[in-house]
Amino acid sequence: MRTSISERALDAIVSGVLWGFRILIVLAIIIGTVLAIRAGTYTRAQWIDFVIFGVAQGSIYALIALGYTMVYGILRMINFAHGDIFMTGAFGAYFTATWLTKIGFTDRYPVLGLMIPILVAMIIATLIAMLVERIAYRPLRGAPRLVPLISAIGASFFLEYSFRGIFGPGKYAYPPINALEGEWVVLGIGILKVHVVVMVAAGIMMALLYTLVMYTKVGKAMRAVSENQDTAALMGIDVNKTIVSTFAIGAAMAGAAGVLFSLVYRQIDWFMGFTPGIKAFTAAVLGGIGNIPGAMVGGLVLGVFESVGPSLFLEGLGIIRPYQLKDVIAYTMLVMILLFRPSGILGERLTKQKA
Amino acid sequence: MKRLSVLLSLLILASLALAACGPAATQAPGGSTSGYECTDPLGCVKIGPSDPVHIAFWGVLSGADSTLGEDSKRGVEIAIDDKGGKLFGHDILLTSEDAGCTPEGGATAASKLATDTSIVGLVGSTCSDETAGGIAAITKAGLTTISPANTRPSLTSPDRGPDYDGYLRTAHSDAFQGKAVAEFAYNFLGVRKAATIHDGSVYAQALQQVFVDNFKELGGEIVAQEAVAKDATDMKPVLTTIAAKGPEFLYYPVFVAAGGFITAQVRDVPGMENVKLAGSDGIFSPDFLKSAGPNVVGVYLSSPDFSAFTGDYAGFLEKHKAKYGGSTLSTFHAHAYDAANILFAALEKVAVQEADGTIYVPRKALRDAVYATKDFAGITGNLSCSPTGDCGAPVIAVYQVQSDDPASWNPADAANPNPKKVWP
Repeated sequence: MRTSISERALDAIVSGVLWGFRILIVLAIIIGTVLAIRAGTYTRAQWIDFVIFGVAQGSIYALIALGYTMVYGILRMINFAHGDIFMTGAFGAYFTATWLTKIGFTDRYPVLGLMIPILVAMIIATLIAMLVERIAYRPLRGAPRLVPLISAIGASFFLEYSFRGIFGPGKYAYPPINALEGEWVVLGIGILKVHVVVMVAAGIMMALLYTLVMYTKVGKAMRAVSENQDTAALMGIDVNKTIVSTFAIGAAMAGAAGVLFSLVYRQIDWFMGFTPGIKAFTAAVLGGIGNIPGAMVGGLVLGVFESVGPSLFLEGLGIIRPYQLKDVIAYTMLVMILLFRPSGILGERLTKQKA
Repeated sequence: MKRLSVLLSLLILASLALAACGPAATQAPGGSTSGYECTDPLGCVKIGPSDPVHIAFWGVLSGADSTLGEDSKRGVEIAIDDKGGKLFGHDILLTSEDAGCTPEGGATAASKLATDTSIVGLVGSTCSDETAGGIAAITKAGLTTISPANTRPSLTSPDRGPDYDGYLRTAHSDAFQGKAVAEFAYNFLGVRKAATIHDGSVYAQALQQVFVDNFKELGGEIVAQEAVAKDATDMKPVLTTIAAKGPEFLYYPVFVAAGGFITAQVRDVPGMENVKLAGSDGIFSPDFLKSAGPNVVGVYLSSPDFSAFTGDYAGFLEKHKAKYGGSTLSTFHAHAYDAANILFAALEKVAVQEADGTIYVPRKALRDAVYATKDFAGITGNLSCSPTGDCGAPVIAVYQVQSDDPASWNPADAANPNPKKVWP
């Protein structure tokens, strides 16, 4: 195609500005980092703490992000109610865990005291997600893409305000598990026990999910449907069933994430799904939406940047009260990574049709 | 194209989250055939023979901080009950508008109420941010609002500007509260190195700054002044940053959500195990115990001194218990009760009633009458309003949380108070 000289000049200017922007941000990060490390405010142990906090937060983001990315992969739809599915799981776990703690069960069997709430949360989240899919999404399957999106936003508000109506606008303190108080020393580094549990649990869940998607019949069906629904249907795959199981698996992950979140931050309320939901969506886009390992990587990267960023490069640049800008870091990073890699960190294998 | 739709959807989501309902159309009481000639520079509110006396409450009634607004609203409702629900033989109608504890929410609520020409006066807002966003609309409509819970110092400072002409408060200014906490920390606890966290809200930012200034003046050292986002959940990084500076005392005058997260997580951070913790009236509520969990025991909280309340505070609490069950939700119910009564007293002073029952309320005269309040016997003290709108009697006390059971919350209990007053 022929383009006029002025158009080409404009293109050059735009890409010049973009490159300038990229270089500027990278420079700011590098300068900030160098200054912060040279200032020596923090000890090595504290830097490691920052990273561990970030990994723990990031693995929760990753678990939620999986649901976004799986549903997107299969339906090309952003399930905005997913953050609230996470909230429903946390509520289910809260009531179970409070009861178990009250009757002394958690103190006697800490492992079961951890597992049972997680299981309950996964079941509740799964059931609610399946209901949402049946009521709010399936009837709109053939509609233009924005329609189910609006329906998802509606479902999100419905869940939030139903929970607010039922359980009140207040907050609940999630009961701590006494056996998880304190820290373990691993390789000379003290790590809070609860963080270890979160990371290990998230790791196991993600490994299970990956195995399920890559090496089982259901997973094969899911991958087939995500490639092409019509062809998959012609091959004898029950598309509806596959979509429901995608929602169910994503929701189970979110439910588990809800428990892990509550264990670490110890406070739940009806609106708790909103911010983590948006962050996890960011993580999914960051990793390359539709790509399962991408969601995991995106979540971890986002969590670590949020945790380390303010003290690493913002403080180094002399910005006061850097923690207020945590979200700015998260979204700036999203823009940056999409500028360098428009399809996300692991998004290169996406076909044109998927993106 | 697909990426565009993702972007678009984010935008839609954001706007949905921010926008509240638009202003509703309201009608002025119709007809004007009577002897009363309105000469008030701000106009008059006409209340027909069968119309109610319409007052409004605005404040935070949704979301994480809703106990603050609900608590104040109950104070107003009890004040109305005490009047038998009637003023000049007309029913009192209370409209409440949620202002969401944000400047935008305050602006939305205020402009909605300002368009309603049947409203004679307001009680609110509850968060200082709401007033910062909404007060201009209220003053411009000729209305007067009395806040039971705003504590930001600048709202009643001499240079507050004409937008604030319609604004008074029965709450104490944080200029007193921050100073009291600083004195408590320095003199009573004997700490010398303090750190603060605020959540970016006008209230918290101003209050911690007052504390910092006074603490430094006393000779103490401020090792860190940090801030977090209002919806932040992971406080460990910021607490680690603070731990690196080695404070003995951490002051976080924030609201329930952030206060709960900080309290629940602070002991997990190496170096923060023994730091003394203090918050202020924004988290002086059983909700805070609910959100913070077991770590909350021992936390210091500043608040108006309930034992200094004169008048019939005990009687108020009984009415509260009879009407709503349980104990009060937050700090400012008594201030709201007083604010409503000051408004009623001023109305009784200036309103003109005709033989057929029609009432005229001149707006400017009403505003002047509220400002002229002197030695008003409220339950928070004997209240006199200053020319810059301060009506509160500022007696601040520091309380210490004794138990993490929200049901045990009763700072006024004689035998077994929780939290318990420790200073002065």
